[in-house]
Amino acid sequence: MGAIHRILALMIKEFSMILKDPKSRFVVIGPPLIQFFVFGYAATFDLKDVSYAVLDESRSIESRQLLSKIEGSKNFLLARTLFSEKEIDRVINDETVRLVIHIPPDFSRNLKISGSATVQVIADGRNPNVALVALGYVGNIINQENTELIKQGVAGPAGGGIILVERSWFNDNLRSRWFIVSALGGVISMVVVMILTSLSVAREREFGTFDQLLVAPFTPGEILLGKSLPGMVFGLMDALIFSAGAVWWFGVPFRGTIPALVIALLCFIITMVGVGLLVSSLSMTMQQGLLGAFVFMMPSVILSGLATPIENMPHWLQVLDFANPVRYIITSLRSVFLEGADIRMLWPNLWPLLIIAAIALPSAAWLFRHRTQ
Amino acid sequence: MTPETDTSLQDNKMNRTSLFIMRMRGILRKEMLQILRDPSSIALAVVLPMALLFIFGYGVTLDATNVPVAVVNDDSGAGSRELTARFELSPYFNVNRLNSMKEAIDLLDRNSIDGIIRMQDDFSSRLQAGGRASVQLILSGMDSNQARLIQGYVSGIIEKWIALRRANGKAVSNPPVTIASRIWFNESGESRNFMIPGLITLIMTLTGILLTALVVAREWERGTMEALLVTPLRRIDILLGKILPYYLLGMIGMGLSVILAVTLFQVPFRGSIAALILLSSLFMLASLGFGLLLSAAIRVQFVAAQISIIAGFLPALFLSGLIFDLKSTPLAIQIISHVVPARYFVTIGHTLFMAGNIWSVLLPNALVLALMAAIFITLAFKKITKRLEG
Repeated sequence: MGAIHRILALMIKEFSMILKDPKSRFVVIGPPLIQFFVFGYAATFDLKDVSYAVLDESRSIESRQLLSKIEGSKNFLLARTLFSEKEIDRVINDETVRLVIHIPPDFSRNLKISGSATVQVIADGRNPNVALVALGYVGNIINQENTELIKQGVAGPAGGGIILVERSWFNDNLRSRWFIVSALGGVISMVVVMILTSLSVAREREFGTFDQLLVAPFTPGEILLGKSLPGMVFGLMDALIFSAGAVWWFGVPFRGTIPALVIALLCFIITMVGVGLLVSSLSMTMQQGLLGAFVFMMPSVILSGLATPIENMPHWLQVLDFANPVRYIITSLRSVFLEGADIRMLWPNLWPLLIIAAIALPSAAWLFRHRTQ
Repeated sequence: MTPETDTSLQDNKMNRTSLFIMRMRGILRKEMLQILRDPSSIALAVVLPMALLFIFGYGVTLDATNVPVAVVNDDSGAGSRELTARFELSPYFNVNRLNSMKEAIDLLDRNSIDGIIRMQDDFSSRLQAGGRASVQLILSGMDSNQARLIQGYVSGIIEKWIALRRANGKAVSNPPVTIASRIWFNESGESRNFMIPGLITLIMTLTGILLTALVVAREWERGTMEALLVTPLRRIDILLGKILPYYLLGMIGMGLSVILAVTLFQVPFRGSIAALILLSSLFMLASLGFGLLLSAAIRVQFVAAQISIIAGFLPALFLSGLIFDLKSTPLAIQIISHVVPARYFVTIGHTLFMAGNIWSVLLPNALVLALMAAIFITLAFKKITKRLEG
C-alpha cells in the first residue's frame, strides 16, 4: 500500500513537470503528430514528374510515337525541347532536367532497314537512385513500344526471345509509402520517449533536486518507475495514434492482429525508456544528456533498415546492428502491417528487445545511486 | 573643429576598437574555458562526426549485393541450366536452388529470401523452337525499392545472356528499340557517392544545432546570465562569443568529415576547396544560428533540448532530399522542405563533390543559406536582451 502511494506521488510529480509547462506540453504532442503526416508524405521512393528534355534529331513518325508514350506517362514531365547536342550539357549540369532522351538522326532509317535502332538516354547521376529508377521507367516504356512495333510489323521477332513476367507480393504496385509509413510511427514515438526520458535525471542533477529525491523515502526502483511512466504513456499513446493514422489516413493495409501490434509497441517502448534513462543517469548535465540522446538516436535510426536495407550493409556492421533496438520494431511493425504477423511470428523480434531492456533498466537504476560527480 | 578634438575623436575611436577587442578576448576566453571544462562539446564537434560518418558510410547504401533469392528450375534443358548459372555467378544474388515452388513460397513468406526466379518445364524447348520462353519473377514487395533493384538486376542478367547467345550464333530475336543509357557524374550509379555528401550534411546539421542549442539557456538557468549582464559586455559581444568558438569547432568537424569522405570512401571531390569553405561556413552559421535562436528564445534548457531533438534530426533526414527524392513529393511537402537548411546543403554537397563548381546551382542555394543564417542570428540577437524580464 505504501509503495503504491509513493509511486503515485512520484508519477504525479513527473507528469506535472511535463504538463505544467505549456511549451513542454506542446512538444510531446504537437510536433510528433505533424512530423508523422509530413514525413508520411515525404517518404517515397517512387518517382513522379521526373523532368526531362528531348532532343529529337530523327523527327520521324516513329520517334514521335515513342516520345508521346513517354510524355503520356505520369512519371515524366517534359521540361525542355533541345535543338542541339551542345545543350544537353547545360540542362543536366544546372539541374533543369534529370534525364535527356536523345533520338539520333538515323533512328527511323535504322528501324526500317535493320529492324533495330538505339535511343540514347542520359541521366543525372548526382542522385543515382533516382537515375536508376528513372532509367527503369524508360526501359518499361520502351518495352511496351517494342511490343507494339512488332505487332505493327515495323520490326518482327527473328527467333526465340525471353520475356520476364514479374509479380510483387505483399505490395503489388510496389508502393514504397506503405513500407516507410508502417514503420515510421515506431521511429517518431522513439523520439518522444527519448525527449521525455534522456533529460529527466540529468535535469534533476543539474538543478540539485536529485539529492532531495535520493533522501526522500523512495527506493531507486520506485524513482526509476516514476521516471519511466511519462515516457511509456506518451510513447505508447503516440505510437498507437500513428498506427491508426497509417491505416486510416495513408491507407496502409493492416493484416496482422491488434494484440501483436500493442505487445510489440509495448516491448519497444519499455526498451527505449530503459535506454533513455540509462543515457540520462550517465549524464551530469543536460548538455550531456542531449548529446547522449543524439549519439544513440542517429545511428540506431539510420541503421535500422527504415530507409536502407540492413542486408546491404557490410557483415561487421550487421553483427553490430543486432544490438540496435530500433531495427526490431521496424521489422515487427512491417510484418504486422504488411505480412499479417501474429505474436508468435513476431517473437524472434521481441525477445532481443526484452534482453536490451533487461540490461538497460537495472543499469540505469544502479547508476542513479552510484554515479556522482 | 580644432585639431585637439580631432585627435581626441581618433583616440576615442582607437579606444573603442581596443575596448571591443578587449571585451571579445574576455568573452572568447570564457567560452573556450567552458568548452574545455565540459569536453562533451569537443566530442560532439570533432569525434562524433567522424565516427558517425565512418559507420554510416559503410552502412547506408541503396545498392544491393548478395540478395538472397531462390531459383526454381522445373526445366531440365541446357538453356535454363545456363541461365541459372548466370544468376549464381552474379554478385548481386545469393542463389538458393530449390526443387519445388512450395518450398520457395514458404521461404518468401518467412522473409528468408527476397524473391523467387522460376523457369517452367517448357523453358528450353520453347527457346529452342524459336518461341518466347518466359522467366517468372516473384518478389517480396515489402521493400519496394529493393524489389525494383532486383527486378533491374534480373532483367540485366537475362539481357546479357541473350546477347551472349546471339554472339554464339543462336537464334534470338532483336528488340526493335534498344536503350544506350549513360549516368553522368556517377557512371556506375554508385549510391555511396551520393550518400556520403548527404550524410555529412545530416551530421553537421545536428552538430551545429546541438552545439548552440543550450548555450544561452544554460546561462539563464544557472543564473550566470545575470553575471554576464552586469559586465560591460554588449549584446553583440555576447552573441559573437557564443558563435565564434562553436563555428570554429564545427568547421573542424566538417573539414575532417570531408577528408574522411575523400580518403577512406574515395568519393570524388570535383569542386574547389574555397567554394567548399565558403558554402559550408554559410551552412554552419545557419545551423548554429538556429540552435542559438532556440536557446535564446526559450531560456529553459530542458525544453530547448527537447525541441532541438524534435526539430533537428528527423526533418533533416526526411526533408533534405538525402534519402527520399523531394521532387516526387506532394507540393505541400516541397514547400515545407524549404525551411530545412539541410536541404540546400545536400544539393550543394552533391554538386561540389560529383559535378564541380557549377555556380548556377550553388549560388541560389548559397543565397538562401546566407539569408537563413542572417535571419536566425538577427532574431537570436534580438532575443538576447540585457534585461532580466525578457
